[in-house]
Amino acid sequence: MSYLPYAVAAWLCLVGLAGVATSRNLIHLAICLTVTQSSSYVLLLSVGYVEHGKAPIFKGIPLHSTAVDPVVQALTLTDVVVSVVVVALILALALDAHRLSGTVDPDGIADVSG
Amino acid sequence: MSRRLRLALLAPALLGLGGLFAWAIAGLPKFGDYRGPYGYVLNQMVVPLRHSTNVVMGTTFDVRGLDTMGEEFILYAAVVGVTLLLRDESGAGRVERRTRRARSDTVRLIGVLMIGVGLLVGLWLVAFGYITPGGGFPGGVVLAGAILVLYLVGSHRDYAPFRSEHALDPFEGLGAGGYVITGLAALALGLQFLTNLFGYGKAGTLLSAGSIGILNAASAIAVTVAMLLLFAEFLETYVAPLEPEDVGS
Repeated sequence: MSYLPYAVAAWLCLVGLAGVATSRNLIHLAICLTVTQSSSYVLLLSVGYVEHGKAPIFKGIPLHSTAVDPVVQALTLTDVVVSVVVVALILALALDAHRLSGTVDPDGIADVSG
Repeated sequence: MSRRLRLALLAPALLGLGGLFAWAIAGLPKFGDYRGPYGYVLNQMVVPLRHSTNVVMGTTFDVRGLDTMGEEFILYAAVVGVTLLLRDESGAGRVERRTRRARSDTVRLIGVLMIGVGLLVGLWLVAFGYITPGGGFPGGVVLAGAILVLYLVGSHRDYAPFRSEHALDPFEGLGAGGYVITGLAALALGLQFLTNLFGYGKAGTLLSAGSIGILNAASAIAVTVAMLLLFAEFLETYVAPLEPEDVGS
């Protein structure tokens, strides 16, 4: 149990990468990349967890209660924003690729460009 | 590279990476055995010093406010990038759009309810961001999502103001610029960039946390409008040509 969250992060990273490498559709590829990136959320939040810690929001709990690390939570926020914009850019590129080559299969696009 | 060769290379690569992960995890402290000092320091310091009961937002908008400015500009740069990628200079593919309303009353009724609830939840997440869980970034996304539901249940005409760049651009400027101006205001007063300027108020109320509230609102505006601009670009490119059977319905 004590290493499970890290193992989940590693697993998400690996299956995401496998999905990216085997993808036959650029939109599917973008989602697989999101899965890979999700592993970094799980890892960041796991690293900051304190045994029996509460959320670092001191509204309704006493000021000196044990709480988890807020730094990694703020970093996860940045991570999510980056993930969203990367997906937006990939989807825009996928639209362009479809407009130019008529397919969203990465292998098909490679054929067109020679 | 052929697909078969790629898969043949992928399997050992993933196995190797998995092995490295297992090695790394074996060396990590156990889950819950937190050792770093920063989390403890911030949890002790942010509420007494800044009166922001949500320490995550206190960290985001004060302790590492400069980083968050960079984050906001990542979003800004991505919107510019998507706009440039999808801009169709030729005007080809532009068709006269007819009003097309969702046909099912159930969809429209639930949609309208979702817009109201979504806007309320979004505004609550933003307004109380530095007090309870929430903040400008998640709240902004919820607000933009609620507005997008209008596209689903309304007509193109209902949604038109929310996909007009002329209407949205000033707000994006206000959001991104407001953050920078709050930082520069501190410089103008002879303080360090992004120094928290205002009185910290009473912790746990809306009048608390000083500049954090302003930065929170600025990012909420920037995030909401950035999302709407992204939606607008994709709608413009992707949804534009109506299927023949849809025209006139």
